[in-house]
Amino acid sequence: MTQYRVAVHIVPRRGVLDPQGQAVTDALHALGFAAVGDVRVGRHIVIGMNADAPQAAEQAARDMCDKLLANPVTEDYEIAGIAPIHAEAHA
Amino acid sequence: MRFGVVTFPGSNCDDDAVHAVVDALGAECVRLWHKDHDLKRAEVIILPGGFSYGDYLRPGAIARFSPIMREVVQHAKRGYPVLGVCNGFQILCEAGVLPGALLRNARLKFVCRKVTLRVENDATLFTSQYERGQLLRIPIAHGDGRFTIDPDGLERLREHDQIVFRYVDSDGATSDDANPNGAQDHIAGIVNEAGNVLGMMPHPERAVDSLLGSADGLPLFQSLLARVSA
Repeated sequence: MTQYRVAVHIVPRRGVLDPQGQAVTDALHALGFAAVGDVRVGRHIVIGMNADAPQAAEQAARDMCDKLLANPVTEDYEIAGIAPIHAEAHA
Repeated sequence: MRFGVVTFPGSNCDDDAVHAVVDALGAECVRLWHKDHDLKRAEVIILPGGFSYGDYLRPGAIARFSPIMREVVQHAKRGYPVLGVCNGFQILCEAGVLPGALLRNARLKFVCRKVTLRVENDATLFTSQYERGQLLRIPIAHGDGRFTIDPDGLERLREHDQIVFRYVDSDGATSDDANPNGAQDHIAGIVNEAGNVLGMMPHPERAVDSLLGSADGLPLFQSLLARVSA
């Protein structure tokens, strides 16, 4: 068993009105960032867990997203990163 | 017949629901705690408004895994009446008992005021004491009430007459101005396909006494009583 840290990105699905993202888009435009097309505001979740391999950690994180972390009706998620937590972190 | 009102950590309309059932309706009511594993012989279950688990993650996302919810979902599947108001509606959607989801209000503001609803379906066990097209004045108080569903899901809701309440203006017409949260198709409340589970963002339990501004919510509870006692 190794300890992993898995990062998950969850964002409102395209086509679902995201008023927060719209407000941020407008603010960025007002600041002169004319190149900004659209912004979607979501959540970034970092999970520490034990797993045999990174693939197992990823699968577990996907299960967590399907069951709880993301709403399947309105949100999409992606695994943003998986990294082992080094021994000194929990020595 | 007996009502059951569930309290989750963070519920804040449970007392109002009990008041509506006991004092306004004159029915029996039992309080249920989210950790309970049985419904104490309650026939009608009310999931009240509030901010269960601080709305962490998403409103209702964590409450739906409370032990009592297993019983509530079974109860609903057996065809007994379940009413979810505000946070209760959010919990029922998260639990998959009702279709769709409730997202942040389109204008990003928490809205707390009385709105006008139009009764779209008076044939449900929650609305038999209303008439189709009747206008009701009922308070809302939410930050995440924008009902959202995919196009197929919306089509199914319309086909099966599952849309029970819509937000309208004082003339009874739908408009963007009269839609307090940007809900799709102006939807304020829906039933499941079987018709025994109602979720609604407005608070009928806060509108059971004209002394407090409106008694338009009372017939909803009377409908349940009439149906279940019949």
